[in-house]
Amino acid sequence: MLEVSNLACSRGDHRLFSGLCFTLSPGQIMQIQGANGSGKTSLLRTLCGFIIPDEGCISWDGTDVRELDEDYFSQMMYLGHLNAIKDELSALENLRISAGLSGMELSEVDAIAALRRMGLKGRERLPAKVLSQGQRRRVALARLLVSDARLWVLDEPLAALDVGAVALIGELISEHLARGGMVIFTTHQPLVVAGMEMRSLSLS
Amino acid sequence: MKKLSLLSLLLLVVRRDLVLAMRRRADVLTTLFFFVMVVSLFPLGVGPEMDMLRKMAPGVLWVAALLASMLSLGRLFSADYLDGTLEQMLLAPQSLSVLVLGKMVSHWMVSGLPLVLMTPVLGLQFDMSVDAIGVLMLSLFLGTPILSMVGAIGAALTLGLRGGGVLLSLLVLPLCIPVLIFGTGAVQAVTSGLNVSSHLSLMGALLILALAFTPWVTAQALRISME
Repeated sequence: MLEVSNLACSRGDHRLFSGLCFTLSPGQIMQIQGANGSGKTSLLRTLCGFIIPDEGCISWDGTDVRELDEDYFSQMMYLGHLNAIKDELSALENLRISAGLSGMELSEVDAIAALRRMGLKGRERLPAKVLSQGQRRRVALARLLVSDARLWVLDEPLAALDVGAVALIGELISEHLARGGMVIFTTHQPLVVAGMEMRSLSLS
Repeated sequence: MKKLSLLSLLLLVVRRDLVLAMRRRADVLTTLFFFVMVVSLFPLGVGPEMDMLRKMAPGVLWVAALLASMLSLGRLFSADYLDGTLEQMLLAPQSLSVLVLGKMVSHWMVSGLPLVLMTPVLGLQFDMSVDAIGVLMLSLFLGTPILSMVGAIGAALTLGLRGGGVLLSLLVLPLCIPVLIFGTGAVQAVTSGLNVSSHLSLMGALLILALAFTPWVTAQALRISME
């Protein structure tokens, strides 16, 4: 369970938000809403520990995440604006290496299966530089399929994706929630997640 | 899926960086050619006085190695920073220090080791004796990893800064002075018939010290830079 209490964050002298409180329990999904520059990405990066909050506390299963440190990282997964894809490596190598960095050994068979499900059949061994933006995003999103993290933190997961891929992401999220996972995300596109109540948090 | 051990994580990072370096060979070759060019310019500029060249050789090779390693340090983390891989590394559930150590090792293999291997050829231009070349190679072999490791701290601190390259050199070069002194000292000792073991063991000690502390310091510096 993710608990955020009285969180405040600023960039430079500008206070983005303060007094932010929410909890996210297993099986829940939350969308962060707000205009450009309202601090959505900063909030997600704070949840990942990249930004140290000015005030307040983020706790995971009752313990402050800054104490948990690497134990927390093993249970969460972050997908940011940047895809973390290397142009020189193939889609398959990219996926296996990013799984490796998150501490998991991913077999080639599993990696290919994940990429095929993301609609990249036949492109597994092409270098990422010949893939389109949307296809590179799909390679990055394939990490969701091979991760066993309980908390997904997704920053604009739908950017550059086509309609089919958006539906697929909705499907992945609802499977994850059904397993007792948690999702917190931002998006400017409508995302349909079947059978789940979408909570939303507005930053202004 | 099974969990990766720390050692296999280290190997994964080293292998990844070596594969990337092999697919972007121009970057590797520029460092090596820079080293060869700088060292070769000295005999041309100073003239063919063998005694002087022999005396200058260790200093010239060491300073050139120092500058060549500065040249490649800027790239150590910047590509990963720009494409978001560094964010994922910071979220690695295992030790960030181990990931950093892996990057240091592969940086050395790509930009330090070729310089060591090139040394005998360059030493001949300075009419160095076989003994002196041997000791110079050994001192570079012990010293260049220290340059990669200390340099990584600077690279992490200057990450994402404009004009970071110059700042990086200003930060790191003073810290490399002891390595330079002991490295060239060892070669001077062997040419004047003294025992080299004291210089080399001091370099070994510096190397162990760097191995023990720089990965952790670099990891902390990366966390600061990402904020």
